Amino acid sequence: MLNPRISLTAPILGMALLVSACGNNASAPANQTTDAPATATAGQQAEQPQAANTTDSEQFQDAVKAYHQFVIAQTDQFVKDTQAFVDAIKANDMEKAKALYAPSRMYFERIEPIAESLGDFDPWIDAREGDVPANEWKGFHRLEKALWQDKSLDGMAPVADQLLQDVKMLRVKVEGVEIDAPMLVTGAVELLNEVSSSKVTGEEERYSHTDLYDFAANVEGAYEIFKVLQPTVEAKNKELAAEIDKRFKELDATLQPYRKDSGYVLYTDLKEDEVKKLSQAIDALAEPLSQIGTVVEG
Amino acid sequence: MKQEANDRADKSAISRRELLKMGAVGGLGLFLGAGVMKGFDIVDNNKPAASMLTNANGIIPFYGRHQAGIVTPMQDFVCMGAFDLTVTDIAEVRKLFQDWTAASARLAKGEGVGEESNNALVPPVDTGETIGLQPMSTTITFGVGPSFFDDRFGLASKRPSKLVDIPAFKRDELVEEWSHGDIIVQVCANDQQVAFHALRNLARIARGKAVLRWLQQGFQRAGAADPKGATPRNLLGFKDGTNNPNVADEETAKQIVWAQAEDGAPWMDQGSYMVVRRIRMRIEVWDRTALGEQEATFGRYRDSGAPLGATGEFDPADYTKLDKNGKPVIPADSHMAIASMGGKVKIHRRGYSYSNGIDLKTGQLDAGLLFICFNRDPLQQFIPMQTKLAELDRLNEYIEHVGSGIYACLPGVKEGGYIGDTLL
Ligand code: HEM
Repeated sequence: MLNPRISLTAPILGMALLVSACGNNASAPANQTTDAPATATAGQQAEQPQAANTTDSEQFQDAVKAYHQFVIAQTDQFVKDTQAFVDAIKANDMEKAKALYAPSRMYFERIEPIAESLGDFDPWIDAREGDVPANEWKGFHRLEKALWQDKSLDGMAPVADQLLQDVKMLRVKVEGVEIDAPMLVTGAVELLNEVSSSKVTGEEERYSHTDLYDFAANVEGAYEIFKVLQPTVEAKNKELAAEIDKRFKELDATLQPYRKDSGYVLYTDLKEDEVKKLSQAIDALAEPLSQIGTVVEG
Repeated sequence: MKQEANDRADKSAISRRELLKMGAVGGLGLFLGAGVMKGFDIVDNNKPAASMLTNANGIIPFYGRHQAGIVTPMQDFVCMGAFDLTVTDIAEVRKLFQDWTAASARLAKGEGVGEESNNALVPPVDTGETIGLQPMSTTITFGVGPSFFDDRFGLASKRPSKLVDIPAFKRDELVEEWSHGDIIVQVCANDQQVAFHALRNLARIARGKAVLRWLQQGFQRAGAADPKGATPRNLLGFKDGTNNPNVADEETAKQIVWAQAEDGAPWMDQGSYMVVRRIRMRIEVWDRTALGEQEATFGRYRDSGAPLGATGEFDPADYTKLDKNGKPVIPADSHMAIASMGGKVKIHRRGYSYSNGIDLKTGQLDAGLLFICFNRDPLQQFIPMQTKLAELDRLNEYIEHVGSGIYACLPGVKEGGYIGDTLL
């Protein structure tokens, strides 16, 4: 097995993020210096005139900047880990590729709404069989099927190359992505909706059953958004901020028993009532989280 | 408001009894049954159809001495959900009950659960499927189960002695997932969507504090399908509810339904104990059962609903009458003969039919009775009755109890208070 630290000790990631952030020592994301988009909320103001106050505030702009840095740091790491995964595929090292598969995907899962806003990256990188016409199917899940179902990497080298190319392209695009208020406030809930609709049902990783990695990554991505918005939410609605923070902790605790060797147990190891508990913990968090849009009210 | 309803109810109760005495039963029989089942105004103003319509769409006040949905006339639909609490802090439970109270008072008036903010970046406060709809006599009734009094909230000493764990009865086939729950929420309305909407929004408000444990929707024939308001039939084709006690009469309701302060738990004063049994019917078996056996099973005629050996639905049952072979005309093991308990034990039944598609294993219909009853003391009322029924009832061949729950339905709430405020 790979050393899972590779992904999990990255500056802001993994369980470390959730756990330590709850202990309030999750510091700013990687020391990446990037140009934050200058006018992130320009379009937003026209539609949401009341929003002007909050979204123009320095605090909110800082939030957008911090989140953008997070996205870039994640994508940097995503490129590196995908490179290692692709190398393993091309070396026909099935065991290594299998071990690298789930952890490398987590970077993408954390920033999925951003990737989705940038065009076709989601179908290229993350389409499941049947999501796209068979002859266009590529990306991680194609390789997942080869590794776990076909148990053969024949003909997979071009798929691997293409994947790496798409991931690198994503890295280029996130540099200049314009993150506006609606994207941030709805992005957090979207991440949890991803969990509700495909991860908690075991539909995302139908061959590898590594759904809990994606589950955790989506939650971590949502937490990152909440964290950058937390001061703004607190200023507007202390109770809401406290409730969301509490539910994140509860969800983290619900997930705890399924952490194993710095990774996660397989979805197929979960009992029915355990799945139900996880699903309900997501709902419990997503409901108050869906209210953070109130911060952009006047 | 409540008092008014009771006064009117009294009038209808008196008219009913007096008319029965006067023997004016034939033509009016159906009509009177409706008075009990469907709306208090009916007997009073002699305009069943019209008054039923206004009643059907109207408002049943949420606030009052008693919770609505217990002795108020039955609506066409029920949507019942049992919740389990996920919080352990009693303050959070209190907050939930307060939020539920505010929402319920609005829902009863046909309003959304809260004021909308119109902020395009947050989800709407109400889920929206009842916008523009009438209140449809929505009632929302809350109760707490025995598990509410375990060690989580420090309420063990408050558990009423009447809120017993239901004993296992003979032939029980209970499924844990269809039983129990910390909290029960019974929503009744004359529209299925309106009923579902209420439960859905209450479940949404509870998110993070309580999760749904089971949910069962139920129905009876719609008021509009039977403008005369005759006694509704269950899915076995028989009139069901005929000999329900007349709880529109305040004294009767006090004896049979309402818990009293002196019963041992002062906080339950004017509340009631609800027993729910999810009873599956062996529909296919029943359908191939001969009419004679069907009627012997209940002890009543299918068409008229009259007791065997009598002619009118509301005629008294004569359990002593023998046929030419010297056997009781109403079989001693018939459902009615057993359930009548010699006239000494009574409960107030308020159940609905349910139908959940088919049993995927057998292909048989998954349908039955969501049996709901209210009583003042389950130890003296429901439990002895069901003990006897489980042992002897001829109906047992055609039914199977698959879910069970008992709940202390809280006293009514005054405006400004909240459900459970005598307990929490
Ligand atoms: C699927 C199950 C059941 C069906 C189909 C059913 C149906 C009926 C019917 C058709 C009647 C006669 C009409 C009437 O007075 O309402 C009746 C009466 C009654 N039933 Fe049931 N019932 C069921 C279960 C139960 C249970 C579980 C109980 C209580 C433990 C119960 C208690 C009673 C009582 C008290 C009466 C009135 C008896 C009298 O005094 O005349 N029933 N039921």
